[in-house]
Amino acid sequence: MPHRKVGFGFRSIGSTVVNGVWRLGYASRFFLRTLLGSGMSFRRFNLTIREIYFSGVMSLIIILVSGLFVGMVLGLQGYETLQKYGSESALGTLVALSLVRELGPVLAALLFASRAGSAITAEIGLMKATEQLAAMEMMAVDPISRVVAPRFWAGVISMPLLAAMFSAIGVFGGYLVGVVLIGVDEGSFWSQMQAAVDFRQDIVNGVFKSIVFGVAVTAIALFEGYDAPPTAEGVSHATTRTVVTSALAILALDFILTAFMFRGV
Amino acid sequence: MERTTLDMWVGAFVVAGFIALTILAFKVGNLAGYDGSETYMVYGEFDNIGGLKVKAPIKSSGVVVGRVSDIQFDNKTFRARVSMKISNRYQFPKDTAATILTSGLLGEQYIGLDAGGDMANLKNGDQIKLANSAMVLEQLIGQFLYGKASEGAPEGAKAK
Repeated sequence: MPHRKVGFGFRSIGSTVVNGVWRLGYASRFFLRTLLGSGMSFRRFNLTIREIYFSGVMSLIIILVSGLFVGMVLGLQGYETLQKYGSESALGTLVALSLVRELGPVLAALLFASRAGSAITAEIGLMKATEQLAAMEMMAVDPISRVVAPRFWAGVISMPLLAAMFSAIGVFGGYLVGVVLIGVDEGSFWSQMQAAVDFRQDIVNGVFKSIVFGVAVTAIALFEGYDAPPTAEGVSHATTRTVVTSALAILALDFILTAFMFRGV
Repeated sequence: MERTTLDMWVGAFVVAGFIALTILAFKVGNLAGYDGSETYMVYGEFDNIGGLKVKAPIKSSGVVVGRVSDIQFDNKTFRARVSMKISNRYQFPKDTAATILTSGLLGEQYIGLDAGGDMANLKNGDQIKLANSAMVLEQLIGQFLYGKASEGAPEGAKAK
């Protein structure tokens, strides 16, 4: 019966769209509730400090080590290409601009999503599965403002700091390889870098990017955790989705932000 | 974990983050080169500015003394009107010449100032009278070919 099949096709499309829109709306309402319920994370700032420790300080090692290596690789690869055109003195510019504009915010956010975002999802998912969130509601404690909002603000505060550290240590890595190892002239390395990197245009925009990524990553991680089915499988799926969705969101947002920030410069 | 240890670590983390930002701003970026000192504006009208851009450096003897703040096309003189913001620390005579130069063969373009001998100095809002255009490679090649052709013909005739 062909009309049944056609009906089935429409039904599946319809249910996908309705579910997608419903989930998007739920996520937006959740985000709004987080923002509205963030009073406590500032009044009792030690709640937020605790979360900054877990998501920010604990991500330091991976951020610093990756930043150093990314900078060193940029130094090597950049030198390889630039010396073909006899402009290896522009190595500092290349390393600094790529890190400050793109790689610092983006890679730090990707690492943050896999290091801290997944942990947030798993933690909140388990809190939900073991009915800790329900217990809080029973005690008239709003789990959004007590559990979710401090983690959100901790992520938003940590992300730009981590990205700045990533960029700074990456530039140092580029300096190590370019100047100390290969022997590019130190003066031109720094002076060309300083001539090319604009504070407002490059550094402030990079920080702004990382704040946006911090909002996106923590909001996705918190929502996936809060929305996770209260089973072992549900939490594990939610954790996976956090990392995948955050990575996609970071890259898509990065394209949009870059298109607005660096158009025609 | 104990509260004080937690606070200490987070404090160290935040301070390290801000140190990183400061390093980026001063060591990597150009904030160190920016001095908050007063500036004055002078203008120059160029026939052709080539690839000069806003924020391009203005150098005298290779030292950066200011930045290009604005480039407009003047519809009365049909020339490019370049506004130059120069730091008050540097004073130039009234008959200073401005030339659009290129750093290196393919580098960025900047304005070079050559100080003249006038006793009076440029003031805010003054116009630089001697403004030399950018060197445009195509015109240069064209001139070269034209010169070659005109000198090549009589010599070829002589050889015969």
